[in-house]
Amino acid sequence: MAKLHVSTTINGEPTEFLCEPSQSMLDVLRGPLGLTGSKEGCGSGDCGACTITLDGRLVCSCLVLAAEAQDREIRTIEGMAEGDRLHPLQQKFLEMAALQCGICTPGVLMAARTLLEQNPDPTETEARFWLAGNLCRCTGYDKIIRAVLDTAAEMREAAR
Amino acid sequence: MTDIRYLAPRTLDEAVGAFAAARGAARILAGGTDLLVQMRAGAVRPGLIVDIKRIAEMTSIEETADGGFRIGAAVSGAVLGEHPRFGQVWPGVLEAVNLIGSTQVQGRASPGGNLCNASPAGDSVPAMIAADAVVTVQGPDGRRQMPVAAVPAGPGRTNLAPGEILVSFTLPPRPRGAGDAYLRMIPRTEMDIAVVGCGVNLTLRDGTCTAARVGLGAVAPTVLLVGEAGKALVGSRLDAAAIEAAAAACRAACRPIDDKRGTIAYRTRIAGVLLKRTVGIAADRAGRA
Ligand SMILES: Cc1cc2nc3c(=O)[nH]c(=O)nc-3n(C[C@H](O)[C@H](O)[C@H](O)COP(=O)(O)OP(=O)(O)OC[C@H]3O[C@@H](n4cnc5c(N)ncnc54)[C@H](O)[C@@H]3O)c2cc1C
Ligand code: FES
Ligand code: FES
Repeated sequence: MAKLHVSTTINGEPTEFLCEPSQSMLDVLRGPLGLTGSKEGCGSGDCGACTITLDGRLVCSCLVLAAEAQDREIRTIEGMAEGDRLHPLQQKFLEMAALQCGICTPGVLMAARTLLEQNPDPTETEARFWLAGNLCRCTGYDKIIRAVLDTAAEMREAAR
Repeated sequence: MTDIRYLAPRTLDEAVGAFAAARGAARILAGGTDLLVQMRAGAVRPGLIVDIKRIAEMTSIEETADGGFRIGAAVSGAVLGEHPRFGQVWPGVLEAVNLIGSTQVQGRASPGGNLCNASPAGDSVPAMIAADAVVTVQGPDGRRQMPVAAVPAGPGRTNLAPGEILVSFTLPPRPRGAGDAYLRMIPRTEMDIAVVGCGVNLTLRDGTCTAARVGLGAVAPTVLLVGEAGKALVGSRLDAAAIEAAAAACRAACRPIDDKRGTIAYRTRIAGVLLKRTVGIAADRAGRA
């Protein structure tokens, strides 16, 4: 079976890869592309550990075919820090211990970043609903939500 | 291991041609939030996947000259939610579409996929039926239109002919004093499958209901249009007796299953309760429109 040749942009870098027609974007990210930050928790859209953005939209990469990435823009957790400088959300998650095993964290951070881009001042309820597709079996969510709201407040302050 | 092929045509004619030529071995891919889950579970093994998201007509939203809307079948819930006008005109349809899954699922899930997946619990379907939406489908023999309620044939089956693709939904223009709403009952607050879903669309003139349509989900093999419930409301001032009669019509229409989410008795009872609550919200919105 001939593999498909796909040209796309990942974290701002033009990228090419070969894939099977039925292969998921998550498989290609973690396999041939070596970007293992996105995690596979369920493979069925339920857990959000594989969250990326596709043309700026949050999606579960386990439910995107790699072939769909042709001419699209993908962002993954690997593109979140700028060199050694962590994104404020990443920094805050460390400071406030908003993670334990860390499997859910890349997906939570991707989703939280998009939330704050769209809504710099979310209420707790808005943040909880926005992140409802990111399951965490460790933290009980409270520290995650606090860290997101604290980061939002800090980023608003910094933008003034 | 696979000999699946993937195509992402730019025109509908190409898509229909490839889909029809594959004779049932092909699947349409919209957001993939049902299809890719089913493929992964081994429940579906298509020989060809036809991705329709590069076809402009499938992914656009248009307000028609008469004040109606045309929504491409593959428009995602997130995109529909960002439309500046749609949610003002059809808040019930929008809240139903936006209930589908998480933020990430909303980035992909489409009303066309929700309808064609033909789950009795699909959240957008009762609201679309209540809205009197009509779908345009295109196949090897050309285009035709059908009401949304005529699309599902049973769990996982539709009345689309072989090779036919759902192209768009058309929602009619709104008279003054019209309002719609959708509510579902789930055991959790997010991310669950409806035990019952209820869509109501009604028009009020000087406090009297002049038109009403009710769609009910998850209480029968397909989503239902409950004509008797609408009739019970029309001509009334939405007084308690009229609403109770409509609730009774909803309960009478139920042919649900018993499962872990709810028993037959529970689902039937909830259908009436949801009808009352949904009418309340739709009437409130109609009063303000
Ligand atoms: C985590 C999660 C949560 C979910 N929660 C909900 C929920 O709360 N409520 C709910 O109703 N659903 C829910 N779903 C199911 C699913 O997201 C919806 O049914 C969604 O609307 C499907 O749309 P899609 O565009 O992803 O469809 P796809 O998966 O692309 O397609 C679904 C089916 O329809 C066919 N199809 C799609 N478009 C067309 C077309 N234009 N013409 C002909 N055939 C077509 C496909 O071949 C496939 O068989 C959930 C799914 C996940 C993964
Ligand atoms: S691995 Fe994609 S949602 Fe769980
Ligand atoms: S920190 Fe372990 S799953 Fe969230």
